[in-house]
Amino acid sequence: MEIVFNAEELEKIETIKAKYPETKAALMPTLWMAQKKWGWLSPDVMRYVGDLLGLTYAHVEGVATFYTMYFKKPMGKFHLQVCTNVSCMLRNGDKIYHHVSERLNIGHMERTDDGVFSLEEVECMGACGDSPMVAVNEDFYENMSIIKVDELIDSLKKT
Amino acid sequence: MIPNFQKILLPEIDNLSDINIYIANGGYEGYKRAISLSPDGVTNEVKKSGLRGRGGACFPTGLKWSFMPKGTDKPKYLAVNGDESEPGSFKDRQIFEHNPQQLIEGIMIAGYAMNIKAAYIYIRGEYHKWVDLMQKAIDEAYEKGFIGSNMAKTFGNDYSIDIYLHKGAGAYVCGEETALMSSLEGDRGYPRVKPPFPAQKGLWGMPTTVNNIETIATVPQIFRIGAENYSKIGASKHPGTLLFGVSGHINKPGVYELPTGTLLTDIIYDVCGGIPGNKKIKAVIPGGSSMPPLRGDEIDGIMMDEESLKPFGTHIGTGGIMVMDEDTDLVKLTLRIAHFYHHESCGQCTPCREGCGWLEKILKRIYNGEASSRDLDLLVSVSNNIEGNTICALGDAAAWPVRGFVTKFRSEFEKHVKQSRTFVPQNVVHGKLNTRNMLVENI
Ligand SMILES: Cc1cc2nc3c(=O)[nH]c(=O)nc-3n(C[C@H](O)[C@H](O)[C@H](O)COP(=O)(O)O)c2cc1C
Ligand code: SF4
Ligand code: FES
Repeated sequence: MEIVFNAEELEKIETIKAKYPETKAALMPTLWMAQKKWGWLSPDVMRYVGDLLGLTYAHVEGVATFYTMYFKKPMGKFHLQVCTNVSCMLRNGDKIYHHVSERLNIGHMERTDDGVFSLEEVECMGACGDSPMVAVNEDFYENMSIIKVDELIDSLKKT
Repeated sequence: MIPNFQKILLPEIDNLSDINIYIANGGYEGYKRAISLSPDGVTNEVKKSGLRGRGGACFPTGLKWSFMPKGTDKPKYLAVNGDESEPGSFKDRQIFEHNPQQLIEGIMIAGYAMNIKAAYIYIRGEYHKWVDLMQKAIDEAYEKGFIGSNMAKTFGNDYSIDIYLHKGAGAYVCGEETALMSSLEGDRGYPRVKPPFPAQKGLWGMPTTVNNIETIATVPQIFRIGAENYSKIGASKHPGTLLFGVSGHINKPGVYELPTGTLLTDIIYDVCGGIPGNKKIKAVIPGGSSMPPLRGDEIDGIMMDEESLKPFGTHIGTGGIMVMDEDTDLVKLTLRIAHFYHHESCGQCTPCREGCGWLEKILKRIYNGEASSRDLDLLVSVSNNIEGNTICALGDAAAWPVRGFVTKFRSEFEKHVKQSRTFVPQNVVHGKLNTRNMLVENI
């Protein structure tokens, strides 16, 4: 697969650049776009983004590795994020995490062999009022329980 | 009993996020009133209102604005902090979802007061949906000509501002104001040494003000109801309404807008319906996970504002109230908190990087029943050595809750300690220095 943004995406990057007085600031938004398109930030993707913005590979990799939401390896089609921080833990978020981990037989930042699911133990997601919470890719599922998370995984398997 | 008051951040109006409904309910009147004053006049009104920052440190907002240099032709920036990653905090999200136009109006007023031409709203990466909602609100305000190049014409003066949104990508430390600036500039989110303060040297080296989302979203109401009236809401030294996020062992968790100074017990029992199973309360964290806890037997009579919490050794923080019932394992909970800060430490300063690691390691040892009672003192000693010795306050944020839980709930921790490894404390009578030196030597 060739790593290039299409014309429309390149145009979007230009409008992003215009938001900031310096091009470097466009790096995070561009990495978001790249991750959306290619699923994760491979060294080739990072090199491409660096060339595009006139930044060194070292800088791009430095930024990509600082932030946990940029994937440095391929993740599942459904990336399950289970919060085990305090408010969720008080309502059994940690048990949900361990249940999902056992059921799918994967640990933190691992992916199932078929590439359908990956799992992440996340820090507080700002959903403490509806804890425990699980996120699937960009969507929040709140007031979860072991039964509900099982149903969620079943329904995702079917799609 | 909760006194009667008017909600000003999250009023019960359906679809208030729609710009037309917002306008129909007095929206943008605050800005119009503000621009009838001079920029300094606006800052003075905010000072008079007594508004204090909602990002955790409670810094007086008007005073912060007055630090921005005047009469310079350098560009100036406003960064609005919606990183909201402090465990137990989930309030700014409500503003993005239910009252985003008020946030935009607040940015316009703040921008006018400090003569700022560009504002950046920084939203944590996990809030994908709320990033989209906020972007939609910004787009609507542009379409109406309320911000951007048509703004001056719309309001009949010569001031205009652009508002941009910047999405984070998962890093708690980016909520710290200087780390936020590093992140916005496209770098790793490393905090910077202060001074220079953001007002002197901020984004791209230019004067910058950083305020929390809730702080800025409050500002338009000050101009609608008047600074004087605003200052009379709630506690006099920390006035206004706060968004309290209540979570943990509670019947009706959620975000509630209440006046400052509301009794904690009223919030827990009247507003949130008490504790599931009518259990007793063992501990309450009053303002997000970095704040030291309150013991269950302390909470009677405690009012939720900064000045009232101070004597109890804790702070209002982000107003994230976390309730723990009598059956909570506080050792496990403290370990979880320590794990969080260890994970989030950016690693620039040794006391924070190594200290947070030590806190987690020692707590794990205690949790596994492998510790001696001396390890409890060691936790306090490590915390003392982190506090105040770091570039940013993440170090303090890690030290405070650990020290708070160990000192306030010592017996809980003692229970986890191996009996055969319990030592008679040697230094029960003396203060800080004695404790520190002796314990470190004894490891
Ligand atoms: C580790 C750390 C994390 C922080 N996270 C946030 C945050 O998520 N949101 C926020 O508004 N302030 C946060 N702050 C406080 C900011 O540094 C800053 O004080 C605040 O945004 C100023 O706004 P205010 O004056 O309106 O309160 C954090 C501070 C530290 C030390
Ligand atoms: S205190 Fe911790 S998070 Fe803050 S700059 Fe130092 S190492 Fe980084
Ligand atoms: S603790 Fe899980 S969302 Fe806040």
